[in-house]
Amino acid sequence: MSESAKPQPQGKGEKTHGGDSSYVGIDAILEQMRRKAMKQGFELNIMVVGQSGLGKSTLVNTLFKSKVSRKSVQPDPEERIPKTIEIKSISHDIEEKGVRMKLTVIDTPGFGDQINNENCWQPIMKFINDQYEVYLQEEININRKKRIPDSRVHCCIYFIPPTGHCLRPLDVEFMRRLSKVVNIVPVIAKADTLTLEERDYFKQTIREELRANGIDVYPQKEFDEDAEDRMINDKIREMIPFAVVGSDQEYQVNGKRILGRKTKWGTIEVENIAHCEFAYLRDLLIRTHMQNIKDITGSIHYETYRVRRLNESNIHFSAHLSDGPAVQPKANGQPEEQPPIAPQANGVAAQHEALSHEM
Amino acid sequence: MDSVDTIQHRNLEGYVGFANLPNQVYRKSVKRGFEFTLMVVGESGLGKSTLINSLFLTDLYSKDYPGPSQRIKKTVQVEQSKVLIKEGGVQLTLTIVDTPGFGDAVDNSNCWQPVINYIDSKCEDFLNAESRVNRRSMPDNRVHCCLYFIAPSGHGLKPLDIEFMKRLHDKVNVIPLIAKADTLTPEECQLFKKQIMKEIQEHKIKIYEFPDTEDDEDNKLIRKIKEKMPLAVVGSNVVIEVNGKKVRGRQYPWGVAEVENGEHCDFTVLRNMLIRTHMQDLKDVTNNVHYENYRSKKLAAVTCNGVDTSKTKGQLTKSPLAQMEEERREHVMKMKKMEAEMEQVFEMKVKEKKQKLKDSEAELERRHEQMKRNLEAQYKELEEKRRVFEDEKANWEAQQRILEQQKLDASKTMEKNKKKGKIF
Repeated sequence: MSESAKPQPQGKGEKTHGGDSSYVGIDAILEQMRRKAMKQGFELNIMVVGQSGLGKSTLVNTLFKSKVSRKSVQPDPEERIPKTIEIKSISHDIEEKGVRMKLTVIDTPGFGDQINNENCWQPIMKFINDQYEVYLQEEININRKKRIPDSRVHCCIYFIPPTGHCLRPLDVEFMRRLSKVVNIVPVIAKADTLTLEERDYFKQTIREELRANGIDVYPQKEFDEDAEDRMINDKIREMIPFAVVGSDQEYQVNGKRILGRKTKWGTIEVENIAHCEFAYLRDLLIRTHMQNIKDITGSIHYETYRVRRLNESNIHFSAHLSDGPAVQPKANGQPEEQPPIAPQANGVAAQHEALSHEM
Repeated sequence: MDSVDTIQHRNLEGYVGFANLPNQVYRKSVKRGFEFTLMVVGESGLGKSTLINSLFLTDLYSKDYPGPSQRIKKTVQVEQSKVLIKEGGVQLTLTIVDTPGFGDAVDNSNCWQPVINYIDSKCEDFLNAESRVNRRSMPDNRVHCCLYFIAPSGHGLKPLDIEFMKRLHDKVNVIPLIAKADTLTPEECQLFKKQIMKEIQEHKIKIYEFPDTEDDEDNKLIRKIKEKMPLAVVGSNVVIEVNGKKVRGRQYPWGVAEVENGEHCDFTVLRNMLIRTHMQDLKDVTNNVHYENYRSKKLAAVTCNGVDTSKTKGQLTKSPLAQMEEERREHVMKMKKMEAEMEQVFEMKVKEKKQKLKDSEAELERRHEQMKRNLEAQYKELEEKRRVFEDEKANWEAQQRILEQQKLDASKTMEKNKKKGKIF
């Protein structure tokens, strides 16, 4: 509660005569928002992409400290590599300190596993665009729901195999195409393969290659809002891609029970930043930048998609209309020519509703 | 009838000396030196170069001569590097064949083809060298062993791994290795090995098998090695101090993974197997099995004279009668084919000739017509000339008559004049 801190209202446009008599209480809005958010809960959709055997499911389990991956839900005793890429989406409701979150993990088994991996990014791009489409259709409905269920992919974690040399052509291709439609967070998988020098060298090489290919991964430079943001994000940008190790097994180290991997020559502690950068990734994704990720997805990637889609259907529509400028986006007082349109997905009809909403 | 099997054992009564034979062989081999060709195949970044350096304790790939791993290639290439190493008076010419670019592209179909071509070309070289008249020096460049590096995913073999091994297991000794094994915990490693062996058996891939010896002790060792297949290796040439001892290993913040520690990885097993105990066996298997397969396939293709070699599969175990029968059948078929061809040719020729005759007939007709016309024209001309001539003749005759008349008249007047006048 804000009363306990008792801050002076800072420049809220009111002349302060000193003391509490001029306290308006506008900052109580934060508390109201918090309560509302707690009631509503949050949604987060994470997609994990990478070759089989890179520890994707384990990492997701480690991130959320619970068995949320596809492997835990459908235990598959035989790990068969599927012949084509499948997209498997598993949703969980998790709760912590009264805050509820609907977490959806989207897995892509079969990516990059075949002998010929041409166009293996296409099913994934299609899935992401489909989610945007669903949201768009819901948004331009006449009778739309109070809270549109958000199934858009907020963040895509791309797993880079720890070769130690450079990015593979497949990695470059995928990231180049997908950084335009979704936030990509590249991570170096199974980082316990690399010594510290190898890890630094590898990261440097990857950063150079990303720069050379013009791939903008999260946090994107152009979306930094102010200097403070830029400072924080620059620090993060110096560290990507994060070298992570995942584990869902606990071991006893120095009297504490921690998550780790036990080998004959030592135990790798997952949350120890001297060992690997899992903690940084978790902080980025969950503790500090989760809202930012969702915002960028909503306000930038989704908007790009929306603009493109509406332009397409606008061209389509005006090409069909033979007479006059019957529908100009700026036209005033143009009632819908066909009022009772079924609110279902029809690109042309939707155009009308979009116009009326904009006005 | 006593066959060769009943060789009688006899005890010697003194020292003869042929127990010295192995020493003679040994001395000769040492003088000659040994050759060994090792091929390493695997995706970029699996530690192939490091492992080679570790195995032979040299820097085949050093900072000045960076290995192919430092650059990702666009197409699969096969690179070979020779090195001569000496130890205890024994010379070894070691050839390392590397395959940069294998499995790195987006589309990896047929990335095994360059490898297969290389192996076949080396076998072919040897075959040609063997078949020469003068074969004093036969350098043996055949690939004796192929180390295939499997990425430590922990799940199973990738489709690429299976395809590659299926195609190469009958051309070369394939030894699969789990690369960068310090990624896996011991339990994961066990599971992974089991899974790989299961898949290898499922797909009927024939990896190199250690031969059973008569010695029980050795057999126990060999059995232990077989249980550990595929070997999980870690490579390093960096020397680190652990507990006062200098060991080769990899330094991590959580500990040091020692390369030569049997508990940490199977590197020592690989090294012992590859170099200390089974190098000669690898060469023998290459010579007796893989090379012979290649040779029989090649020669069977030659004797069948252009028949598709995939049909014969190069098995010379076919009986000669069957071979003769097949050849006869082929011959008959060939004859039939030739006959059909001849008929066709004949018909074609007949048609041509007919056509030609028709043409010339038409030609003759035409000419005949023309000549007739010519003739008629000439005839007409002639008639014309005759008429003209007749006319002229008539004219001339008429003129002659007139002249006659005139003459007559003239003579008449002359007479008159004579009568009249006493011609003055």
